[in-house]
Amino acid sequence: MTTYYTKDHEWIRVDGDTGTVGITNYAAGQLGDVVYVELPETGAKFARGDDFAVVESVKAASDVYAPVSGSVLEVNTALTEAPEKVNEAAQGDAWFVRVRLTDAGELSGLMDEAAYAAFCEGL
Amino acid sequence: MRYLPLTPEDRASMLATIGAKSADDFYTDVPKAARLKAKIAGLPDHQGELAVERHMTKLAAKNRSASSGPFFVGAGAYKHHVPATVDMIIQRSEFLTTYTPYQPEIAQGTLQTLFEFQTQVAALTAMDVANASMYDGSTACAEAAVMAARVTKRKKVILSGGLHPHYAAATRLLCEAQGLTVVQLPVAIDGEGELAKSVDGETACVIGQSPNVFGTVTDLTSVAKSAHDKGALLVSVFTEAVSLGLVTPPGEMGADIAAGEGQSIGNGLNFGGPYVGLFACKEKLVRQMPGRLCGETVDADGKRGFVLTLSTREQHIRRDKATSNICTNSGLCALAFTSHMTLLGGKGLKQLAELNHEAACELADTLGALKGVEVLTPRFFNEFAIRTPVDAEAVLAMLDEAGVVGGVRASRLFPKDHLGDVILVAATECTTTEDIAAYAAALKEII
Amino acid sequence: MGMNTQGRPTAPASASGATFETVSGSRGLLQREDLLFEIGTPETTGVDLPKPKGTKNRLGGVKRKVDTGLAGLSEPQAVRHYMRLSQKNYAIDLGLFPLGSCTMKHNPRLNEKMARLPGFADIHPLQPQATVQGALELIDELATWLKTLTGMPSVAMSPKAGAHGELCGMLAIRQALIARGEGDTRKRVLVPESAHGTNPATAVQCGFIVDEIKADKRGRVDMEDLKSKLARTDDIAGIMLTNPNTCGLFETDIKNIADLIHTAGGYFYCDGANFNAIVGRVRPGDLGVDAMHINLHKTFSTPHGGGGPGSGPTVFSQALAPYAPVPFVTKDEDGLFRLVEHVDGEASESFGRMVAFHGQMGMFVRALTYMLSHGADGLKQVAEDAVLNANYVQARLKHVMTPAFDGFCMHEALFSDAFTADGIETIDIAKALIDEGYHPMTMYFPLVVHGAMLIEPTETESKAELDRFCDALESIARRAAQGDETLKGAPYLAPARRLDETRAARKPVLKWTAPLPEQIAAE
Ligand SMILES: Cc1ncc(COP(=O)(O)O)c(C=O)c1O
Repeated sequence: MTTYYTKDHEWIRVDGDTGTVGITNYAAGQLGDVVYVELPETGAKFARGDDFAVVESVKAASDVYAPVSGSVLEVNTALTEAPEKVNEAAQGDAWFVRVRLTDAGELSGLMDEAAYAAFCEGL
Repeated sequence: MRYLPLTPEDRASMLATIGAKSADDFYTDVPKAARLKAKIAGLPDHQGELAVERHMTKLAAKNRSASSGPFFVGAGAYKHHVPATVDMIIQRSEFLTTYTPYQPEIAQGTLQTLFEFQTQVAALTAMDVANASMYDGSTACAEAAVMAARVTKRKKVILSGGLHPHYAAATRLLCEAQGLTVVQLPVAIDGEGELAKSVDGETACVIGQSPNVFGTVTDLTSVAKSAHDKGALLVSVFTEAVSLGLVTPPGEMGADIAAGEGQSIGNGLNFGGPYVGLFACKEKLVRQMPGRLCGETVDADGKRGFVLTLSTREQHIRRDKATSNICTNSGLCALAFTSHMTLLGGKGLKQLAELNHEAACELADTLGALKGVEVLTPRFFNEFAIRTPVDAEAVLAMLDEAGVVGGVRASRLFPKDHLGDVILVAATECTTTEDIAAYAAALKEII
Repeated sequence: MGMNTQGRPTAPASASGATFETVSGSRGLLQREDLLFEIGTPETTGVDLPKPKGTKNRLGGVKRKVDTGLAGLSEPQAVRHYMRLSQKNYAIDLGLFPLGSCTMKHNPRLNEKMARLPGFADIHPLQPQATVQGALELIDELATWLKTLTGMPSVAMSPKAGAHGELCGMLAIRQALIARGEGDTRKRVLVPESAHGTNPATAVQCGFIVDEIKADKRGRVDMEDLKSKLARTDDIAGIMLTNPNTCGLFETDIKNIADLIHTAGGYFYCDGANFNAIVGRVRPGDLGVDAMHINLHKTFSTPHGGGGPGSGPTVFSQALAPYAPVPFVTKDEDGLFRLVEHVDGEASESFGRMVAFHGQMGMFVRALTYMLSHGADGLKQVAEDAVLNANYVQARLKHVMTPAFDGFCMHEALFSDAFTADGIETIDIAKALIDEGYHPMTMYFPLVVHGAMLIEPTETESKAELDRFCDALESIARRAAQGDETLKGAPYLAPARRLDETRAARKPVLKWTAPLPEQIAAE
């Protein structure tokens, strides 16, 4: 399994043609206390770069963009009940959705862990 | 000038501190051609209290107030008694002259009353949650329609034939601007039930009103069921909040959104405004709601307190993706509503509603007994429609001469629907047996 | 001597600085007050109503099944309830309320008195027009004032607040485009990123698409960015521009911007929330504006009531006037005033009706009373004093705080948080002002300035009040620059300490629910 990162602070962990998507620890730290996560429905389809979820703090609502094109296999409904999980484990338990990838080739445009760390460093 | 505390000496010394020669220096960014040299022409100069009061009193004297004689006008605004205490409360400087509670540490007074208001509106409408108010009933109705479209991701809105035509107009306007299709069912005195037949798989919501503009009360339960079967929402509208004490409320009929006018509780007629829009919905829809919401929390010492919450729905955070553009709402009118409701209590409201209903029954019996007058509304709360053998406009003019303000001619609201002989008549707890007798006597003379 | 040793001490013992919890939960004059539902019962009432006769009802069975169960209070309980709650509020009648963009000025009591005349307060919007000639005349007179002060030919009186006025203006633009046959193609509205949130929200409510334009280093519209957004013009519906803008500055290029938009085939909507800075000195009609709302609850002092009601009459240029909403008042040749209520005849091009009745009459009475009190001479002085007061605050504080932009401001002074030490934020300064007895300034708005602090003193503050306020803010600013950590706990002296907004949003509690029997037993 390999994890890839976007410049918009999403991550995707890929296993064959499925991937698990969430936002990064860095993003969760910047947002402050997360109070709500709006997730898509199972079966929803989106293209790379589409907004597919919304994370809200008290003072802001941020769109979350799809790192790759795909369809939603499963959503992490636990986040609806306990949005604070995003602050506690953004890159662990607090994943947003599992998706089936439409085109694994899209992954080549994303960053690996080291590249993402360097990218955040520069912000 | 009595409202301007700066003295000429103050101004001079402040200009010196600032490093400016005169006020003109502050307006140098204004294009030269647009800089006014002198005061604007064509308007009077400042006046003292006495002179202003004289002018305003003269204008007020040219109007006939509702309390000055028998008065039977309703159709969306109602003459009720407002306790003296309510007016005292809303004139407290701390409520009257403060802003939206953006700084909760010094706005707990406003915030707690909003929390209480929301609790009352939710209970009255029998809905899960209510917001902190809209401008009025008509804009609440329009916002409910576009909210339903967001929730269902559908584009068709169906309006009943008994929806107040001004509400229908405001709703159509907002919906059409957003690319929604509005279907208006034919005007009908007792047609709310027709909504059940018109709903289809493309419908976002059906909007029904009870009591409707003709006064008819309708149980919309079967409409709700038909709507839900097709994946649509029921928006239940009311213009007379006192009816909620007696008539089946939106929540008991399965409504998804309740939108109505709260003027009747705590607020005077004021020639149409300011009023207070009531807006409530099912819990699961709360994040699609328009307007402000007040919620409970604790402060740094662990004490209970209240804040504005779920603000990410609103324009100041979500901007172009906000659920509504509303900012200033009807805060003080909501305070009038909640304080009057507090004085009534649940039992008092029910009693008030019964008094309204009984006054209307007495009026209907008395007018209906006149030869040639027909009461058209089959089931009503405190208003109904009558048909007279003479043109309604002429009837009302003659009643007026007899000192009776006899109602609203239906043709004023529905100019194209051939209702020239129909009058909408309302009674409230303010209506006396003598008022009713005066109406009947005058009407008898006319027809 | 006959010595009386009875009686009370008449000088205080040495102070002990006690901070303790009281048994009652009250703290001296500040009374504890529970929710009304915790105090009253559904049977309690503060009104005496006659007993219903019990006549046969004509509801046809459409009867409420479950009573509301809402608690009531007797009159003395109710009076205390609201009185005690009122004391937890700050208000303009209590002190300076420098909330930028909100124009919290003195609310004259005469306005309240006039609005309560039965001839205004107790008339129905649908009673025969012959019986409300004075009310219609008042609307017409206020309309004349607004048209004269703005130099615009037409005004719609029905909008209920500023944002509703924006809706009115943008719907008129939409209608004008439809009349030109370009309703479906001209969808893009330019909105500066410094705009109030209602501007982009309104544009979208009307079916338009928002295209943001940048601010330049001077806090004005970036003309290069504007021109680049106008490279394509066939999809331009218009621009929504606030003037004076939300940075408290006059848009220097305003005439030029108006010309560019008109050349592009679009309309110029001006957000007039800040009209207080220029009333009597500049007429928007001379600046190329097509539509502008006026917040009567700002410039014309109708009280804000803790969140409304407002009133947002919207003035129109000749180009948009035909599309204005119904109803409106006209005067016939016989001298009688008349309401035009339907899209028909003289209103056949109107975009329709926005709201049930004729607008915020109660606010109209107050605003006209205010205008008559000031007159044309006084209103000019209002603008000049408002701007003078803001510049005075800016001059007094610019050495300790960071002005967002160079030069004079208009009616509000804008600072960034650049002067604060690491870890101290705008909110800490705002909350510390509460301890000094002031309402905070507008914070974190406009978005184009980091940690924005927008201070609008208004013209109804005396120099002494301004000096006291500046002394307080100056000392807080120095503490912020030095990184004084105690600021983070402020306010210490308010009726409530900082509130947990995260908790409120995560598990929203939006109404009171009766405690369950086991919860009551546990207490
Ligand atoms: C610049 C600006 N535009 C628009 C508005 C909206 O006005 P209202 O709150 O009356 O709807 C406000 C008020 O907060 C404002 O400051």
